[in-house]
Amino acid sequence: MSAWLDARLLPRLLLGLLASAVVFAWLAYKGSQNGAQFLTVSLNGLTLAALYFVVAAGFTLIFGLMRVVNMAHGSLYLLAGYLAFTSQQSWFGVTSNLLFGHTVSVASWIVPLIFATVVIGVVGVAMQQVLLRWNLGQDLRQALITIALSVILADQMLAHFGGIAQSIQQPTAWPNSVPVLGSHYGFFRLLVVVGAALVIGALLWAVIRLTRFGMIIRAGVDDRAMVSALGINVQRVFAGAFLIGALLVGFGGVLGGTMIAVQPGADAKFLLNSLIVVIIGGMGSLGGAAIGALALGLVSAYADVYLKFGSTDLTNYSILLTFILVVVMLAVRPLGLFGRPA
Amino acid sequence: MRPRVSRERVLIWAAVLLLLLLCALAPVLFTGYFLSQILTKALWLGIAAASLIFLSRYGGMISLAQVGLYAIAGFTMANLGSAFGGHHLGWNPWAAAIGGVAAATAFGLLFGAIASRSYGIYFLMITLALSVIVFYFFGQATDFSGYGGIRSVATPELVGNPIAHPEGLYYVSLAATVLILLGIRYLAGTPFGLVLQGIRDDPARMRALGYRVALHRTLAFGVGAFIAGVAGILSVWYQTQISPGGVDIAQTINVLVIAVIGGLYWLEGAWIGALLFTVLDNYSRTWLPSIGEWMGPDRFETVLGIIFLLIVLLSPGGLVGIWQRLRARVSRALGQRGTTVLMGPDGVAVVETERFAEAARPRE
Repeated sequence: MSAWLDARLLPRLLLGLLASAVVFAWLAYKGSQNGAQFLTVSLNGLTLAALYFVVAAGFTLIFGLMRVVNMAHGSLYLLAGYLAFTSQQSWFGVTSNLLFGHTVSVASWIVPLIFATVVIGVVGVAMQQVLLRWNLGQDLRQALITIALSVILADQMLAHFGGIAQSIQQPTAWPNSVPVLGSHYGFFRLLVVVGAALVIGALLWAVIRLTRFGMIIRAGVDDRAMVSALGINVQRVFAGAFLIGALLVGFGGVLGGTMIAVQPGADAKFLLNSLIVVIIGGMGSLGGAAIGALALGLVSAYADVYLKFGSTDLTNYSILLTFILVVVMLAVRPLGLFGRPA
Repeated sequence: MRPRVSRERVLIWAAVLLLLLLCALAPVLFTGYFLSQILTKALWLGIAAASLIFLSRYGGMISLAQVGLYAIAGFTMANLGSAFGGHHLGWNPWAAAIGGVAAATAFGLLFGAIASRSYGIYFLMITLALSVIVFYFFGQATDFSGYGGIRSVATPELVGNPIAHPEGLYYVSLAATVLILLGIRYLAGTPFGLVLQGIRDDPARMRALGYRVALHRTLAFGVGAFIAGVAGILSVWYQTQISPGGVDIAQTINVLVIAVIGGLYWLEGAWIGALLFTVLDNYSRTWLPSIGEWMGPDRFETVLGIIFLLIVLLSPGGLVGIWQRLRARVSRALGQRGTTVLMGPDGVAVVETERFAEAARPRE
């Protein structure tokens, strides 16, 4: 108990509980006024959270094991979106403005998805092997290297794919919406994205908890030097973790490109989202990433709609709630919910 | 007996005086375009980078929040003064500027309080998140940022119209640069500055000695925010407008690149990095060859990224690091002893790669 929670923090914690009680009361009041809207907004938050989780899981995995803050994470996310978008266009002739009767087969979504995910996985491993392997432990230098990469990637993507927002088309065979509690909600967002996040979360959990590879990863997060001293080829484990992290962000990029859009600026946005998710959840913790993603997704979804008090509309300031979320978290636990000192 | 003044010292002072004279005469020596597009811009970008270098050199904190803070200063001033868009409260331009810097300092203290218990890479991430949140805030809160920016911001008479008469703003920026440089030098020698450097080197030991580590780091962050605020004011006077797009993550990275090119542990490097940046920014558009879509006149950011990557890969100490390494090699070739430790300014030993890793390691 004492290790987890400092007694001096108790007043702050009580204050936090009080604040959350106020927030919940406000949400309950708003929800009772317009139930259908409340449901939609909640599902918006939930589906966003699922996407944030997929993207941030790779980020936190890489950091937890290698202490590498991959600042190019957002760029990989966007690159995956562009790769899937272009391959969908050039291989399957799918155009972004669909005319009536134009069909998108399931394969023309799945194949670009696999293609983009695999390419990003390879790019990630190449990045780690060429640029990050030889300067292990110099985490600031590694962060700067990945920042440089993100600058180059952002500019090159602008040059090759232009500045217009586009989106990857979901298969026309899939329904547009599904009924939820007497209301309707987007099929892709709710079933595909949330389903993917659940499957990925379960898979990652199983790999990390049940396999030998996962055991090595857990040991590596706690004490890298000791794992290495036990005769385990740490470099191979690092490459493996980087591959998984990059595959995850590649997959997330295609999901996000279908669910939201592929456009310049999404890289910065998802880097920020990943940062906030792991600041809240604690670096290196998968469960922390899930909770962080849920907190961020719900807070931003509710703030975008419910920050109206009578006639004063404060929805323009919704980003401040994200800020407050980060501030409160850091005030109570500087290393995040499940973060541990390096 | 008079203490002997070393020849090196005399040379350095002569160089400084010559440089100051050159700076003072710049409006006569160079065209208005060069003065405004290269020199004035390099001065205020240098101040922004110097705020980052101040924190990293004396506090061991690599902050990416500096652009967010200068945005706060700029937007506050634009709202307080007379402008097109925003609240245009019509304050005197100087009063508005002071208000802007005060706001940046206040938010700097707040951000510092948030981040001061984090070290190294965590600190970097938290400050980046703060900076990006500031950017999104001004993007969203249109009554503070106008719709797509605040234009025609009034400048003080001393500055005048920076396009028709670039000298005014140049001299103001030059004066600000000199004052900030001297101010930081002075601060580094005060008890506060010494404690700060102690915290940079070993926070646990300083805490054991009874110093309030988080408080000192927070105050230092406030000082850094003040400097960044000055840069923000100058940037708005320079462009006579400010928009959320000018303070985005790309600009955050630009300032970081400038600081790293100059050398993260050498204050004057900020302005050298900034000069290189503005020269590249201006002239790369004319001489960059087109190679398919990969390279061309519009690909300045790619060139910048590649330069940044090369610097970080080859010499994390920036241009200063290269210079020190060359000097060490020369004196080693001449058979002088004791050159394995590279000396930074003020006689602080800087072995770049190790220092670099050192500053990043969280110490708790």
